[in-house]
Amino acid sequence: MADTKDHMGRPLVAVTGIGMVTSLGVGKKDNWAALTSGTSGIHPITRFPVDQLSTRISGMVDFLPSSDKGASALTYELAEKAAHEAIAESGFSLDDFGGPLFLASPPMELDWHDRFSLYNSGKGDGDPDRLLEVARGLTSLDLFETAQFGSIADRLAERFGATGLPITLSTACASGATAIQLGVEAIRRGEADRALAIGADGSATAEALIRFSLLSALSTSNDDPAKASKPFSKDRDGFVLAEGSAALVLESLESAVARGATVLGILLGCGEKADDFHRTRSKPDASPAIAAVRAALADAGLSEDRIEYINAHGTSTPENDKMEHLALSTVFGERIRSIPVSSNKSMIGHTLSAAGAIEAAVSLMTMREGVLPPTINYDNPDPAIQLDVVPNTSRTAQVGTVLSNSFGFGGQNTCLVMAREPV
Amino acid sequence: MNPRDVVITGIGLVSSLGEGTDVHWQKLTTPGLKPVLDTGRFAPYTVHPLPEIDWNLQIAKRGDQRQMETWQRLGTYAAGLALDDAGIKGDEALCSTMDMVVAAGGGERDLAVDTAILAASETRNDRDVLLNEKLTTELRPTLFLAQLSNLLAGNISIVHKVTGSSRTFMGEEGAGVSALETAAARIRSGQSTHMLVGGAFQSEHLDMLLGYEMGGYLHRGPWQPVWARQGAEGGGIVTGSGGAFLVLESREHAEKRGGRIYATLGPVLSARARRPKGELDAAVSALFDKAGLPDQDLLAVSAASGAHAATRAEQKAIAARPRLAARGFSTLTGHLKEAQFPFAVALAALAVHHKAGYPAFDASERPFAGVPEKVLATAIGYHHFEGMALVCAAD
Repeated sequence: MADTKDHMGRPLVAVTGIGMVTSLGVGKKDNWAALTSGTSGIHPITRFPVDQLSTRISGMVDFLPSSDKGASALTYELAEKAAHEAIAESGFSLDDFGGPLFLASPPMELDWHDRFSLYNSGKGDGDPDRLLEVARGLTSLDLFETAQFGSIADRLAERFGATGLPITLSTACASGATAIQLGVEAIRRGEADRALAIGADGSATAEALIRFSLLSALSTSNDDPAKASKPFSKDRDGFVLAEGSAALVLESLESAVARGATVLGILLGCGEKADDFHRTRSKPDASPAIAAVRAALADAGLSEDRIEYINAHGTSTPENDKMEHLALSTVFGERIRSIPVSSNKSMIGHTLSAAGAIEAAVSLMTMREGVLPPTINYDNPDPAIQLDVVPNTSRTAQVGTVLSNSFGFGGQNTCLVMAREPV
Repeated sequence: MNPRDVVITGIGLVSSLGEGTDVHWQKLTTPGLKPVLDTGRFAPYTVHPLPEIDWNLQIAKRGDQRQMETWQRLGTYAAGLALDDAGIKGDEALCSTMDMVVAAGGGERDLAVDTAILAASETRNDRDVLLNEKLTTELRPTLFLAQLSNLLAGNISIVHKVTGSSRTFMGEEGAGVSALETAAARIRSGQSTHMLVGGAFQSEHLDMLLGYEMGGYLHRGPWQPVWARQGAEGGGIVTGSGGAFLVLESREHAEKRGGRIYATLGPVLSARARRPKGELDAAVSALFDKAGLPDQDLLAVSAASGAHAATRAEQKAIAARPRLAARGFSTLTGHLKEAQFPFAVALAALAVHHKAGYPAFDASERPFAGVPEKVLATAIGYHHFEGMALVCAAD
C-alpha cells in the first residue's frame, strides 16, 4: 500500500464515480458517444422568446422536467442527476453517501416569472414595495428557497446523505474545478476518505443571456448554431451560453483500493492563481494563467514534459483563446505544438459554473477510453494560435496525464492535473 | 503552541456603529449603547444603516469605485481595513501569495429598471418579450459584474492585489462558517500560510429584504433586542449593512514577520441540522457540547439573527449552560447575513485581545466580569446551517 501517498506524502485522491449531463444528453454514455463523434449540442433557444436578442442560440438543457421551472429547480435537477450517476458508479449508498459535498453552482436570484407573479398578485400603483407585502403573505417556502444561495446544496446533502455543512461556491467559470479542488484538499487533510464534488448550472435565463450579451461575450453566429462555438478559430466571436452538470466521487486511493472499487483516474494536482488586472479581461501577459498551470503541475509533482493532453478552457472568445495559447506556449515551450489540446466547449458551449467539473469528467474519460474528443468547427484556424487542437474529428491516443484549465471572470483561475494511474 | 496554530492578525469591521476595531470596541463596551436605526425608509421594517464612509480611504481609484455597487464596495473596504490592520496592505510579496475566501451573496439589482418592468407588466401579457425589450436597452452593461457573487473577491484582487488564490462561498451564514472553517483547516495543514476571510452585506435594498421576507423572516413593528422578538409581529430578523474581514495566519508566519496577534482561532465547527425533521434544538445543543467549552464562566459572542426558531433553539441551549454569558451583537448591528460569523469571530478576538468582556447588550443577557481567555463565537443560521468557533488568548 506504499503507493497510496503522493510525492508530498499526502493521500492520493482517486475518482471512483463520474456523472454528467449536458445539452448532448443525460449520462456519460450518451455524452461520450456524442463528444467523440464531434456532435454539437448547440441549438436555437426555445425556452423564451428571442425578440430583440442579438444571440438566439445556446446549449441549454431543454429535455429535463425542470427545464422550464427556473434556474434553481433546473440547477438542482442537473446536480442531482449527475451525482446520482457518480455515486451509483462508485458503489456508495445513494442515500447515505457519508462524505462532504462541494457544489459549484450559479448565484441565485428570484426568477422573473416569480417576480411578475408576486407583483401582479399585489395592489398599489407601480409601487415595488408591494412585492414585500405579497411576500409577507406567502404560505409556502418554495419561492424563498429558490432565492437562498445555500438551498440547492442543502437539498442535495439531504438527498444523498452527505455529511456536515455542504459548501456552495463560485469562482465564476472556474467553479467546477474549485469544487473538485476543495474535495481533494479535504481528503488530503484527512478530514474525509470520500467527497462529492459537483458543478451544475441551469441558469441560462433571458436575463443571464442579456447580461453576457451586454458584455459582448457571446457568439452571435445564430444562423448555424452547431457552428457557433469555434475555439481557436480565426473567426471565433464569443462563447455560447450553456447548461449542464458533472459530479465526481473523490476518494482516497487507499479507501478505494481497500474496498475494491474501480479507480477511474487520479486527481494528482490542483493549482490556482487570482488575476488583479480587470473584472472581465485577463492580464495581457497571461501571468496568472501561467502561474495557475505551474501551481497545478507543482502540486501534482509533475514536470511540464509529463503532460500528454490538455483539456483547454477554450471558450471561443477572442481574448480567452489568445491568452490561453500564450499561457500554454509559455509553460510548455516548443513542445506545445505537439501536445494535443482540445476544447469540449466547441460542442457543448460554456456551461459556466459546471464547466470545470464537466471538463474534468471528460478528461478522465479521455484517459480511460483512449480517445481524444475533437475541437469541432475548426475550419478557419487562427494563424496566431499554433496548437494541435484535435481538429474536427476525434483521435485514438493513449493518454496517461491530462491538464484541464478553467479561467474565470473576476480573475479566478484553477487548473487540475489528472492521471490514468497513480504516478 | 504550534507553528501552525491559526492566529488572527488583522480585523476589518464596518457596521451602523462605524468602522474599524477601535470604534467597535469603544462603542460595544459602552453600557447601554443604543443601536443606530432607520425605521422610516423601509417601514414597516427597520434596518441598521451603513455609516458615512469615505470610500477613497480604502479604494483609491474612482474608476474602481464606479465598477462596484455598494455591497462590493463595502466588502472591498472592510477587506482593506483588515489588511491595513494586519500591516499587510500594499505589501506586494505578502498580498500576491495571500489566499482568500469570501462569503458572498449577490449584489444589488437596478431597482429603477426592475420597477419599470414590473409596472409595464401590469398591462402586458407578453411579459417575456417585455423583459427582452427592457433588459436589452436599460441594463447597464457593467451592472452584472457589480452583482456577481464572486466579483467581491475579484474586486479585492484588483484593488488590494490579493492574488494567491480566490474562492467565494455562498449560502447565507453558513458561507461565513465554511469560509473560516476551511481557511483555518488550510493553515493548520500547511496548505496556506496567510489568508483573508470575510464577507459583507448591504441590506438597504428592496431585493435584499425580499430575500428574507419570502420566508416570512423579517421583524415588523417597534424595534426590540435580538433575544426579545419571539411573539412579536413578523419573523424576528432586523437586518443591517456591514462587513467583517479577518486576516488569518499560521503562528509561524505571523511571528516571522512581526505581526501583532489578537487571538488564536481554536476549533471551528460546522453543521447542517435537519430542521424540517425537527432536529434543530437537539443539533444546536449538540454543537455546544462538541465545542469543548472550558469549565469556567465563558463569554459567547452570538450571531443570533432573531429568527424565531433558530434564536429560540440557541436561547434554550444557552439557558441550559449557566456559565455562558451570551452577547447577541445583532441587537446593535442588525443581521449581516454572510458576514455574521466573521463578525462574531472578530468581536470574540477583540474581547480576548483587550482582556475584557462586553457589557450586556440587553437586559436579558447574563453579566460577565472576568478576563476572557477564551470566547465562543456562534452562528445559528436563520434558515439553515450552524457554526461555532472558540477564540483563545494569543499566548
